[in-house]
Amino acid sequence: MRKIAILGIGQTSVDEHWDKSLREIGGEAAFAAMQDAGADKVDALFVGNMLAPLIDGQNQLGTFFSDWIGLWHREAIKIEAACGSGAAAFRAGLMAVASGDIESALVVGVEKMTDKAGHDVTAALATAADADYEVEQGVSFVGLNALVMQRYMFEFGWRHTDFAPFSINAHANAMHNPFARLHEKITVERFEKSSMVATPINLLDASPIGDGAAAAVIVPAEKVASMPGRPRVVVAASASATDTIAVHSRKDPLFLSAAYDSAKRCYEMANVEPKDIAVFELHDAFSIMTALSLEACGFAERGKGVRLGLDNEITPAGRVPICTRGGLKARGHPVGATGMYQIVEVAQQLRGECGKTQVDGAKIGMAQNIGGSGASIITHILKAE
Amino acid sequence: MEIPRHWRLKQQRYSLVGEVCPHCDNKIFPPRDVCPNCGGEAKELYAFSGKGEVYSYTTIYEAPSGFDTSAPYTVALVKLEEGPMVTAQLTDLDNTPVEIGMPVEMVTRKMRNDGDERGIIVYGYKFRRRT
Ligand SMILES: [Zn+2]
Repeated sequence: MRKIAILGIGQTSVDEHWDKSLREIGGEAAFAAMQDAGADKVDALFVGNMLAPLIDGQNQLGTFFSDWIGLWHREAIKIEAACGSGAAAFRAGLMAVASGDIESALVVGVEKMTDKAGHDVTAALATAADADYEVEQGVSFVGLNALVMQRYMFEFGWRHTDFAPFSINAHANAMHNPFARLHEKITVERFEKSSMVATPINLLDASPIGDGAAAAVIVPAEKVASMPGRPRVVVAASASATDTIAVHSRKDPLFLSAAYDSAKRCYEMANVEPKDIAVFELHDAFSIMTALSLEACGFAERGKGVRLGLDNEITPAGRVPICTRGGLKARGHPVGATGMYQIVEVAQQLRGECGKTQVDGAKIGMAQNIGGSGASIITHILKAE
Repeated sequence: MEIPRHWRLKQQRYSLVGEVCPHCDNKIFPPRDVCPNCGGEAKELYAFSGKGEVYSYTTIYEAPSGFDTSAPYTVALVKLEEGPMVTAQLTDLDNTPVEIGMPVEMVTRKMRNDGDERGIIVYGYKFRRRT
């Protein structure tokens, strides 16, 4: 397998883009990435998306986007792994270029969610879970995470308010990201009083949905001399793992085994340890997922992920900087696009383009994208050279 | 309207029928054809007692379409006596608080209306407090 470099990145803001279609949002990020790469064509297009068939009535997204952005006659395909679709598409593109079969790929994560009403979106998101045995019982996707959080608090003795630093950090960092969905600082008091979605998860534990797209152009690293004025960003490791589709089937519902498996493989592949990771864009769809991700990926012991937030270790100046551009919580969670936002954001950190939330001297970053309630997890490690 | 699907699930929905592994005696619910304990083939049916305890619970305020008129309602992960865990609503709570470890038993209840007002009414398992 060849070493791969990220030649260009692009993104749209995460927002309620009522004036833009699925096409236009995806196209905007794609064109931005192509321009950043200085490329006018690529060999193939990989699209990460979860909800277009359900919300926009549009499938066949590979051709849909290759047609829209003028990449006619080339290979183009959609990859789906629920909220993990973005990173799954990135990994598919990576494998295709790394294998030597193609010389370049454009990967676009895209989601247009605000064309339908709230309860329809809630129902569409629930398709990430087991339709016959979870969704049919009336449990929402938030509800599944709430079941995990309730048990976690019970077993390890944490209070709801102990999760506040995760959301506060995400919101504080998003203030400096022009592409973020939310630009408002929050306090512990607001966190505690926010309206309930599914006990114990309230609105400020949960990431907001939105419309958005993020994209990257990837090529063999040997073809890229370091770009003038910025380091070359390469993919040091990529791994994907799965757990059971339903939470109730897991041997231990409080452990993200797919996060552990994919991160472990990445550490081996990149020959690094958790302490070498300068920035970690993890999948904080809900505050409980932040705690479980930190534990499964080796940054905290079991049941102690919450402690990293309380000890102020997760800020850009801390020992384990997470959600440095706002995370899912405040950058927003356009589900199938999220994994590509994370790749773009880690690349921004390694290029040193993050302004007030720049992690000093960041050379190695990790992105972790979760599909379903921990059912499929894709981890990538990027390096600046 | 998804009549074949509801019909297909009737043994699980009304009688909590899962499987028992012929190789390691592991009890399996929901049914699956590969035993999660030993990896062997498991297709022998097994009816669960319907008794268990609450492993975790949540009260849902923002419900998916089809369930919005029922909200708020409480969903639990119920650890069945025979081993496996099942996701199900709790019912007949009468405003008494739910606790982790609370003993519960399966009952048959209306789940939701399928589709518009002329659609079928879906019944299935829920769990109530067991004394
Ligand atoms: Zn077995």
